Amino acid sequence: MMRWRYLKQTLFFTIVRAAALVIALSIFVFIAYIVFKGYRVISWDFLTLPPTDSMTKGGIMPAILGTFYLTAGAIAIALPLGVTAAVYLSEYAGQGGLLRIIRIGINCLAGVPSIVFGLFGLGLFVVFLKFGSCILSGSLTLGFLILPTIIGASEESLKAVPQTFREASLGLGVSKWQTISRIVLPAALPGILTGSILGVGRAAGETAPIMFTAAAFFTVKLPSSIFDEVMALPYHVYVLATAGTHIEKTRPIQFGTILVLIALVLGIDLIAIIIRSRIRKQKRW
Amino acid sequence: MSRSARELIIKLFFFACALVSILVLGLIVIFLFMEGLPVFHAVSPGDFLFGLEWYPTYDPPSFGIWPLIVGSLVVTLFASLIAIPLGIFAAIYISELASPPVKELFKPVIELLAGLPSVVLGFLGMAVIAPWLQETFDIPTGLNILNASVILAFMAIPTIASISEDAIYAVPQEFKEASYALGATKFETTMRVIIPAALSGISTAVILGMARAIGETMVVLMVAGGAAVIPESIFDSVRPMPASIAAEMGEAPFRSNHYHALFATGMVLFFLTLAFNLVADYVSHKFKEVGSATL
Repeated sequence: MMRWRYLKQTLFFTIVRAAALVIALSIFVFIAYIVFKGYRVISWDFLTLPPTDSMTKGGIMPAILGTFYLTAGAIAIALPLGVTAAVYLSEYAGQGGLLRIIRIGINCLAGVPSIVFGLFGLGLFVVFLKFGSCILSGSLTLGFLILPTIIGASEESLKAVPQTFREASLGLGVSKWQTISRIVLPAALPGILTGSILGVGRAAGETAPIMFTAAAFFTVKLPSSIFDEVMALPYHVYVLATAGTHIEKTRPIQFGTILVLIALVLGIDLIAIIIRSRIRKQKRW
Repeated sequence: MSRSARELIIKLFFFACALVSILVLGLIVIFLFMEGLPVFHAVSPGDFLFGLEWYPTYDPPSFGIWPLIVGSLVVTLFASLIAIPLGIFAAIYISELASPPVKELFKPVIELLAGLPSVVLGFLGMAVIAPWLQETFDIPTGLNILNASVILAFMAIPTIASISEDAIYAVPQEFKEASYALGATKFETTMRVIIPAALSGISTAVILGMARAIGETMVVLMVAGGAAVIPESIFDSVRPMPASIAAEMGEAPFRSNHYHALFATGMVLFFLTLAFNLVADYVSHKFKEVGSATL
């Protein structure tokens, strides 16, 4: 009887460990596979030249640049909006029906499928506001897509600032706004930045929202204003892998582009994760 | 301006910013309806939702999205069958079994999986898994339900694992200690005390994971095969709703019935995921434990 109980335990925990191992191994094998297949393509020319010969040769510089513009635009929109929303939720809002509705709204926005964001961007920015398919439309769409991520991370780090900080400041007769801007926000800043970095990673890797709002198969010249279409890394991967007439021939370029994309996205995520674990260990209060 | 007036204005400003999320959600609904509803001049809502034929470019066209809905549900179902056990096991591993250094390593790994761009996973399915499936099972195409489900499962695992882990972590330590004191093994404690206590959080995790899978676009666009028919086996191709929207929007003439039909498909997808999210929200609030005494 006793032995059976422990046997069951061993059996179950073995399965649990195996599941964890399967997940970790598949990620590791996958990334190793991409690195192995892609590293030979990576060269200075690959990173700095535009594609040539109907995208079967040359580099991916316009796509890297496009992803940079789109991501920078998205964060420029989402960061101020997200942080201010988080300040309201954490510092001003009481408990009540309205707050509950705002929270449900944020959760639901976080759950909206990325392709629906694409449709929304197409309907509002491209068609209704007549921006056309361009950096501005794509950045706005991606910005709203990552807004819930930024709000969540900012609120969490604002909540982690000890209540005593606020009480000490208010006790000295400082106004609420000054307390927030001089005491609470600076203390929460590292956490807010980490959350924003994760948002950047998300925006850089998304494809569906920019398909109808910003991305082009191929552009002859680099964008000169925010009303120009751009190439983007994730969309470039999709195009090369599905739409070309030389899909097999461009496989090496596809692996190279993917390597650049995941190095960018996972690199950004990794930086955020490392900074965050540092902050958690330091705990200045 | 007096100090209190200024404080009030600042408060209102922050309040307005907090409302932006709701505003965007509202705008999404408005623009989906604006561009999607006109399709119902051409087809009745019943025929649109339950019509079996999706031939948007034929003459006359037929706009029945039932095969697309079934496609979405089927890949989500099979993805869940893989992702739910793996995700929950990963959560149990992190919170109950892993030593602190392993935990420090394993949690970021899960986060990296969450961060992998979907187009990259879609590429993996197309370029690696599909040829392998085709050869191994001797089937006409490797771009099918099985392939798409496996990859979607890996996209849902991080959501399920991290939210479940939070829920398990939140179970009060006293529960565990009480169970051990009664002579229960670690396994019995996990299965009969910790998991039941964390069940609302785990359910939320599962629902959100499924919502993630149902709304995922690039994977099903690249890997599901794209056949708008009701599937008969897991080796059949399907065309889930997001795949149909992403693949056809580029070719649909502006404000044609096809264009409106794709927006209307977006409406269906939106309300489906909205329902999942609202249920998740309800579950997590309804069964939320407040302190250890109330359970």
